[in-house]
Amino acid sequence: MILSKNAKIVLTIFMILGMTFIYLPLFIVVLNSFNSSISFSFPPEGFTTSWWSKAAQNSGVKQAIITSVYTALGATAISLVLGTLAASAIARYKFFGRDTLSLLIVLPIALPGIVTGIALNNVFTNYFGGLTYFTIIIGHATFCIVVVFNNVAARYRRMGSSFEEASMDLGANRIMTFRLITFPLLRSALLAGGMLAFALSFDEIIVTTFTAGAGQNTLPIWIFQNLFRPNQAPVVNVVAAALILLSLIPIYLAQRIINAPNNN
Amino acid sequence: MSTNSLAKVQQYLHKNIKARITALLLLPMTWLVVIYLGSLAALFITSIWTVDDFTNKVIRTFTLENFIEILSDRAYLNVTIRTLLIAASVTILCALIAIPMSFFMARVVSPKLRPVLIALAITPLWASYLVKIYAWRTMMSPESGFLTWLLSPFGIKSPGYGLVSVVLALTYLWLPYMIIPIYAGMERLPNSILDASSDLGAKPFKTFFKVVLPLTYPAIIAGSIFTFSLSMGDYIAVQIVGGTFQMLGNVVYQNFALDLPFSAAVALIPVIVMVLYLTLIRKSGALENL
Repeated sequence: MILSKNAKIVLTIFMILGMTFIYLPLFIVVLNSFNSSISFSFPPEGFTTSWWSKAAQNSGVKQAIITSVYTALGATAISLVLGTLAASAIARYKFFGRDTLSLLIVLPIALPGIVTGIALNNVFTNYFGGLTYFTIIIGHATFCIVVVFNNVAARYRRMGSSFEEASMDLGANRIMTFRLITFPLLRSALLAGGMLAFALSFDEIIVTTFTAGAGQNTLPIWIFQNLFRPNQAPVVNVVAAALILLSLIPIYLAQRIINAPNNN
Repeated sequence: MSTNSLAKVQQYLHKNIKARITALLLLPMTWLVVIYLGSLAALFITSIWTVDDFTNKVIRTFTLENFIEILSDRAYLNVTIRTLLIAASVTILCALIAIPMSFFMARVVSPKLRPVLIALAITPLWASYLVKIYAWRTMMSPESGFLTWLLSPFGIKSPGYGLVSVVLALTYLWLPYMIIPIYAGMERLPNSILDASSDLGAKPFKTFFKVVLPLTYPAIIAGSIFTFSLSMGDYIAVQIVGGTFQMLGNVVYQNFALDLPFSAAVALIPVIVMVLYLTLIRKSGALENL
């Protein structure tokens, strides 16, 4: 589309403003983690790395990270299996009720988290003997299915069925075709979907609040519990800054996966 | 299972499409229907029950008192309206920010720069939800926040914690969910349509409003599902940057421990709104843009 110079300038300004809106708050959190003041203040009062070393020694943070990682791994594993199975049926076959089923898969993230949270809490506590560590994983897996499903379904739509048909015409059975043709073609979509599911679970707080057993603190729960304690403020800020910096890694990896040569 | 019977199962699945679909869907649908829909059903059934005033135990007898209380008390109507207005403002703000950005990324910059810019724009999706609200707490802090520092030389007071900061924080949280579908929708537009529009004499401005926007409408609606629903159910942003007022999520959260039936009845409000919303937009083709 051919745009006038003025239109381009206006759009560029919008883009710069938008990017500032996106990055400024994150930048200020990272900046503040080196601020020598105990409460957040702008402009910073002085430079210090003592909050970072203090946070690194915090046992509550360590425990919470471990809980979060295990939860996210469990939820990712379940959602990879369920999401791939659902996508294999919905993206490749036409059948009665297909649209309703795709709506059902989206529902856990389309409905407010608090509804899912109290619904699961009610069932777990009143009918299944209370909350444990595994109830968090079940809750997370439920809303992680959709991201795996979306990635795998998109891949299926793009790759069509001719490779699999060719494989079976040449005498391979279904298991062999899946192992040698379908799975290698899906691999990067599974990786991307799995990473998204991991990130979604690692980050979740609302459903977690309602499905976590006593003493099961994931990292977001730990942050929330300590957010309003003034003497913990610098440590919370360091954890927040670390999470922001960590979020750059999956972006880098996702870019690598998207640009990988075997993807075409 | 012997190799022979495994081969038989394979042969059966190969010949029978219905059996194949059933086999694939069995596990995911059991999970979603039994665990998810089952829990939702169990929750909403409690909304027609009540609790014992002394023991806080749920009494399983049919009553409409929760709904009568919600409908007759003006406070709950106000909370509902406030929540819907916040969700609508967040959705509109997200669309206003996302549309020009997506258009710029998908149609103006060189194709080489596109993946870099879109990656930068959706990076915040990967940053933690709580960290992002926390970031706005530091932005909006009335004593020493960034906005106070930025605005005070002009004699303007920072709005501090309140309605404005909740809308800003929620917009910030859900913006990537709006950018992703709109960007994808705009990138998909064939050049020929845009060229045809300008060949027929439309200025870029007109092409944008008469061709680009109507064609990306389903993508905008798809984005709005997330911005609207996620804002409507939120109760944590209000606690962190909201000051004193309440949204529907806060009412649900506060009553949940002592009066689950009432809490379930309030939780039905966002669900009904979302179901209505999803049914309304089903025809627009937005669901295929998710």
